[in-house]
Amino acid sequence: MSMELLWLVPTLPLVGFLILLLTGGRLPNNIVALVACGCVGGSALAALIAGLAFLEQGSEPYSLLMWQWMDVGGFTPAFKLYLDGLALVMIGVITGVGFLIHLYASGYMNSESGYSRFFAYMNLFVFAMLMLVLGDNLLVLFLGWEGVGLCSYLLIGFFHDDPENGYAARKAFVVTRVGDTAMALGLFLLFRELGSLEIQTVLSEANRMWPDGSVLCTGIALLLLGGAVGKSAQVPLQTWLPDAMAGPTPVSALIHAATMVTAGVYLIARMHDLYLLSPSAQFAVAVVGVVTLFISSFTALVQTDIKRILAYSTMSQIGYMFMALGVGAWSAAIFHLMTHAFFKALLFLAAGSVILALHHEQNIFKMGGLAKKLPVPFWSMLIGTAALAALPLTSGFYSKDAILLTAWDYSHGGMWFWLFAAIAAFLTTLYSARLMFIVFFGESKTEPHDESKINMWGVLVILAVLSLIGGWFGLAPLAAVMPDGGLEAAHSGLIVWVTAAVPILGVLVGYALFGRKQVDFQAWLESKAIDPLRRFWFGGWGFDALYDVVLVKPFIRLAEINKNDVVDLLYRGIAGLARSLHGVLSITQTGKLRWYAANMGAGLLVVLALALYI
Amino acid sequence: MSIFHAILFLLAGGGVAWLAERVHVNASRWVSLIVLIAGSIWICMVWLAGADAAGNYGLVEFPWIPRFGIDVILAMDGLSLLMVALTLLLGVVAVVSSWSEIDQRRGFFQANLLWTLAGVVGVFTALDLFLFFVFWEVMLVPMYFLIAIWGHENRGYAAMKFFLFTQISGLLLLLAILTLVFLNYQSSGEITFAYHKLLEAQLPEHLTGYLMLGFFIAFVVKLPSIPFHTWLPDAHTQAPTAGSVILAGILLKTGAYGLIRFVVPLFPDAAMDFRWPAMLLGAGSVIYGGYMAYSQSDFKRLVAYSSISHMGFVLLGVFAWNVLALQGAIVQMVAHGFSSAALFMLAGALQQRLHTREMDRFGGLWQRAPRMGVIALFFVVASLGMPGLGTFVGEFLVLMGSFQVDVPLTVAAAIGIIVAAVYSLSLMQRSFQGGVNPDTENMADFGAREMSVMVLMAIALIGLGVFPQPILDISAVVVNGLPGVGS
Repeated sequence: MSMELLWLVPTLPLVGFLILLLTGGRLPNNIVALVACGCVGGSALAALIAGLAFLEQGSEPYSLLMWQWMDVGGFTPAFKLYLDGLALVMIGVITGVGFLIHLYASGYMNSESGYSRFFAYMNLFVFAMLMLVLGDNLLVLFLGWEGVGLCSYLLIGFFHDDPENGYAARKAFVVTRVGDTAMALGLFLLFRELGSLEIQTVLSEANRMWPDGSVLCTGIALLLLGGAVGKSAQVPLQTWLPDAMAGPTPVSALIHAATMVTAGVYLIARMHDLYLLSPSAQFAVAVVGVVTLFISSFTALVQTDIKRILAYSTMSQIGYMFMALGVGAWSAAIFHLMTHAFFKALLFLAAGSVILALHHEQNIFKMGGLAKKLPVPFWSMLIGTAALAALPLTSGFYSKDAILLTAWDYSHGGMWFWLFAAIAAFLTTLYSARLMFIVFFGESKTEPHDESKINMWGVLVILAVLSLIGGWFGLAPLAAVMPDGGLEAAHSGLIVWVTAAVPILGVLVGYALFGRKQVDFQAWLESKAIDPLRRFWFGGWGFDALYDVVLVKPFIRLAEINKNDVVDLLYRGIAGLARSLHGVLSITQTGKLRWYAANMGAGLLVVLALALYI
Repeated sequence: MSIFHAILFLLAGGGVAWLAERVHVNASRWVSLIVLIAGSIWICMVWLAGADAAGNYGLVEFPWIPRFGIDVILAMDGLSLLMVALTLLLGVVAVVSSWSEIDQRRGFFQANLLWTLAGVVGVFTALDLFLFFVFWEVMLVPMYFLIAIWGHENRGYAAMKFFLFTQISGLLLLLAILTLVFLNYQSSGEITFAYHKLLEAQLPEHLTGYLMLGFFIAFVVKLPSIPFHTWLPDAHTQAPTAGSVILAGILLKTGAYGLIRFVVPLFPDAAMDFRWPAMLLGAGSVIYGGYMAYSQSDFKRLVAYSSISHMGFVLLGVFAWNVLALQGAIVQMVAHGFSSAALFMLAGALQQRLHTREMDRFGGLWQRAPRMGVIALFFVVASLGMPGLGTFVGEFLVLMGSFQVDVPLTVAAAIGIIVAAVYSLSLMQRSFQGGVNPDTENMADFGAREMSVMVLMAIALIGLGVFPQPILDISAVVVNGLPGVGS
């Protein structure tokens, strides 16, 4: 059975990592690239073969036991891979898009030192993400979950001689770990209540044991949501993502498209039964999503760094996925995850080509007029932003449209969800247009030097094609897994047309603002009345500042004050007391015979006096 | 070779190592290394030979001072086996880590090292309380000398502090043992120090609480737990590398071992009444130790405080007293043995090369010594509890078990995991990343000797993280036999 090849899917990237680790940078660059890309490519191939076999036998879930991890006190997690429609979509995205990013990076990173170390981390990243989505047990999922966090730390801080990068890397790890801890508590609670962490067992037991709206289930679902919010950079744990841009650009592509930030979406989709049992937890998912997508699209509108614009756009697109999960558009969420992986990888890699051509310039106001000089990145960005803005016929349109329409039908204030999401969709088009017009049109400000090779622009072309047509196929294998039974298209009426018109309106307004320059948007933003608001948006709605004042500064301050350990004062006090008593008594030790004799006499008197009177 | 002979072997080996210095300056360390490798091979053979029907891997029993009911009883069940194996393996690590560090009185140094280890092996195997106490002292005195003679700039203070803390707690232990024996004599009419007989002792109820506290305090000082921890940062920072490795890797475990072996089995009811405060101390140690670790600027002191944090999980797990938590605590003891030993060895290597432990004077060391960087990264990641490594298995099982007993304290300890990420990564940043410090030029990277030991410990941690079952199986027999745990 070729489905057994499934074990190769996570194993190959791990092997690649181990080869690169053990050779410790002694291999020449082209061999390193061959190992790294070969292993991820092989993994993609294995995923393809296993996936085809899986579809051929009728999409029956398939599991493959590797070994028993532990067996202690009734807790029996195993390293077991589980393949169903959802896992298949995920491994397809991870290995496929991951492979393309590896291929691109092999050219992009060629001039950097630490080439081998870079690809070792990249392979480990892919391995961890594959364990996350293939694990049959929440503990194995958690292993991948933490592994992804570790690799993001390593890659964001890849250029570690700059302390700023180190700070961004640690921030990413620590902030996501706050979420991870919530998730771990969720796992403890799950195990205490259901006696297992095996995902399928947990889901069926939950359905059997808990009534609708069970408080326990809500608690667990919310704790898991805490983990998802951290990894997927949603409010309130979103602050690490923009700083994560410190990593090399292919890393951003990998984090934003194929791995890491989609983990939270996957977790909630995987554990959907818990959310179906607890409508309030599901509502919380929708609220997190809509809040994130709303605030991050404003922030994206005022950024000046090309990568930060894309970072905030990721945040908002993941927000759409969360909202989709929350309003019950399960399949649409995963569908959007996939199309987003195509166009976001495309956008980041195209941005990487622009940045590389401009010698690591990232400020969009120092770019301009690049359309003719960098045709491949230009067309890639154009297609990518069109898909991001969900213009009709691009892949993003199909998935985002499905989300918005399902939101409209949502029974708990669906209209509001639709409204905020539509405003954000409008803004998405607006900032996409801003990005395109400022970077690629107008007067040229920096002369580009395009040095990209075929492995770089070739990848852009493939991803551009996927971004265009990736939405035409839908996702049949999901139907068996997700509770809504796949994508449905049963919407009608005015709302369909309005939803489709929103991005087009955005394009028109964007053209007027940035193409025709009817109004100088940037000057307007920086005008006296608007500037405070611009700065508020620019800083990500003050979350960083708030955490800094409330958490980070007091934490550091207290650490400085208590460096010498207040508890030790007690013992030092005792020691000090003993020493000063010793000092007092040693005064009597004068060495003068007369003084000793007098004391002896006095002592004798006291003793006699006591003996007489008592 | 029985356990008794093994202890004698270590003691005699110490004597030989001392004398060997007269033959050749470097002969002592070879003697020491050979003795410990022989010991490690012995323990592996004992392990492979398997346990008898009662779950013992070895038992030696003969009278010592019959008038007072004192016997030599040395027994090794699964828990003892794991701890003795850890002791001997880390002994090898300690010798290797001090290979070129010690340049005066080498013979006496190796002798003290071996004598401490002999004491520790005795502590982990003695099942006569008097004998246990003797070994408890045997392991401390040579350790005092290791710090006082070969320590760093403030060694006198640190050694004295270490000695006073452990002696005062040792006194408590002795008083508690004597009282226990006396009370048992009153009710049963037999003077005995034998563990198995004292387990059955009928004790007056109003006194068991105090007795339990006597044992408890003696052991948590050793562990150490807040608020008795302050000897540890000083002792660790000042001790020579081998001393720190043994102290963190092994000596702290004697405290945890004492809690599992003596405190709860001897006084099950009193200990369970004291469960909440004990778990509170555990969770408190996790958070406070981690926070103090973050506050430090001295590499070694940071690692020392992180040990307090990690041992807090053990205390939490022991007093949660269920299979998951206890098994987790035992795995944590083994895993922390390796991870802390490696970090202390790294600290020692850095100090030897740069003559400072202040992280402000490190920075960017990855560029200077990439092999050290990779090793540091690995053990830092182990220290923050990454899944796939032994430390994760330990901490996760402890938390999972203690969650079933007390939710708020488990939540508090889980927050400690976030703090662990903060201090661990800050350690990495301040020493190995960031801008390169010009003072560190010409710094040598790890050589083959250091790398081989580090890689072995790394493999041990990965093995423990991915295939922990053999270890869990060994300790399961012991854990399931504990009162009130059996499943």
